[in-house]
Amino acid sequence: MEQLVTTLFNGLSLSSIYLLVALGLAITFGQMGVINMAHGEFVMLGAYMTFCTQEFFKNFLPESIGSFYYFAAIILAFIVTFGLGCLLEKVLISRLYGRKIDSLLATWGVSLILQQLVRTIFGAQGVNVNAPAFLRGGLEVNGLTFSYNRIFIIILVAFCLAMVWLLVNRSRYGSRMRATMQNRPMAQCMGINTKKIDCITFGIGSGLAGIAGCSVALLGSVDSTVGQNYIVYSFMTVVLGGVGNLFGTVIGAGIIGFSSIFVENYQSASIARAIVLLIIIVFLQFKPSGLFTIRSRVLDEGV
Amino acid sequence: MNSLLEIKNLSAAYGESKVIADLSFKVPKDRIVCLIGRNGVGKSTTLKSIMGLVKTPSGQISYNGEDIIKLPAYERVKRGIGYVPQGRDIFPRMTVEENLELGLEAGGGKTRKIPDYIYELFPVLPLFAKRKGGDLSGGQQQQLAIARALVSKPSLLVLDEPTEGIQPSIIWDISKAIRRVNTELGITVLIVEQYLKFVMGISDYLYVLEKGEVILEGETDSLSQEKVQKMMT
Repeated sequence: MEQLVTTLFNGLSLSSIYLLVALGLAITFGQMGVINMAHGEFVMLGAYMTFCTQEFFKNFLPESIGSFYYFAAIILAFIVTFGLGCLLEKVLISRLYGRKIDSLLATWGVSLILQQLVRTIFGAQGVNVNAPAFLRGGLEVNGLTFSYNRIFIIILVAFCLAMVWLLVNRSRYGSRMRATMQNRPMAQCMGINTKKIDCITFGIGSGLAGIAGCSVALLGSVDSTVGQNYIVYSFMTVVLGGVGNLFGTVIGAGIIGFSSIFVENYQSASIARAIVLLIIIVFLQFKPSGLFTIRSRVLDEGV
Repeated sequence: MNSLLEIKNLSAAYGESKVIADLSFKVPKDRIVCLIGRNGVGKSTTLKSIMGLVKTPSGQISYNGEDIIKLPAYERVKRGIGYVPQGRDIFPRMTVEENLELGLEAGGGKTRKIPDYIYELFPVLPLFAKRKGGDLSGGQQQQLAIARALVSKPSLLVLDEPTEGIQPSIIWDISKAIRRVNTELGITVLIVEQYLKFVMGISDYLYVLEKGEVILEGETDSLSQEKVQKMMT
């Protein structure tokens, strides 16, 4: 029983991290259809922003507020990656809409540049982020310990998910964004500046990757390839759930996260990865559009 | 008569291929004007040029006295042009209400309240307010597309083949609605259409296009249906 509860908690924790990385992709890939191979590097930049904020607080601010560095890091990571995302969209992605393979290759190039840039600035050796004081230790329930930082990540993911859902489904900006993604020329004929929407939407997706980076920084050493560990699973999360479907992304993250942890109980981590990949490949043979597909009477609705 | 829209020596192209060349015509204020012609003569391209959706290498599109040819589509809409494209192009994954709210925003509206006259013109829409646009039938989608353009309170309503694929009873409803918005709300209407009976019944003024040029024009009452029919076959 104890092992089952621990496994469920670890599964929830892993799912929430995949979900946080995939949330940004659910926007840039799911809504906009851009295969952004540099998404993992935005996660990495978010993690480095956390490290930089930690060092700034340690060296320049009183110790009494030192623990708050993490909240400042989340905001900073979002702002920096949002800005970089907007810049990338303006300079590169906007010229490659409708050319998926070209955008894949171009953003892969960007990912290599960002990795090298970070290696040049911070060195090849990883850096460590110390969890703030209030996230150290864990919650003890019936002899089981649930680490505070993982609980915090789950809460952070739930918060981000709620914010993204509200933004997409309940705000005026969300209506404009959905209209633009569903039919760009017609959205323009509704008075929407679609270029601006594209740019900001891509920025938001990248900003979410930055926040994911703050969470990833709590779980281990941060180096220039840290984003690569999550990017493949996150793309699979979006595809498995059904591209363009936020609820599907949540379920997709749950399936991948929980199945990875369950298989890891009986096999090594690498075998677990291979088995999860196999499950997804087989699944997509039967449901190539993912778990939740959108059906419509409009003929040109592909999914 | 005062022209709301004036096209002068317009050319339009898809990439390298020129579809219309040197096209000129006027749409007088408060009237219903139809552009007709055979398939492929450039009718829809003309409307897309007016909306800023295709390249227009040369010419002038004067709306309310202002040349709008260099403006992006969203700026043209803000100046008061409502567009109902061929094939409707409603947003399929948004509800009927959300589709209409986008129209409200296009007109600079600050509220999310759909004006009563819209639901009065198209009584079927409030019944499906929470349904996804893509789940409506073709006729309902067409009514939604027209309503969405109307909520932005345009001075000019541009419709591209509004009867395409629609059953006769709904064509009649659409025709009545267009006539009402013209007479009661003072909205000028420009329609591209192939269904001649509909055109002769609704329009005040007619242009017949051939190879991107006007080959016949006149008050609809003064043109014989047989003559127009001949030019379209």
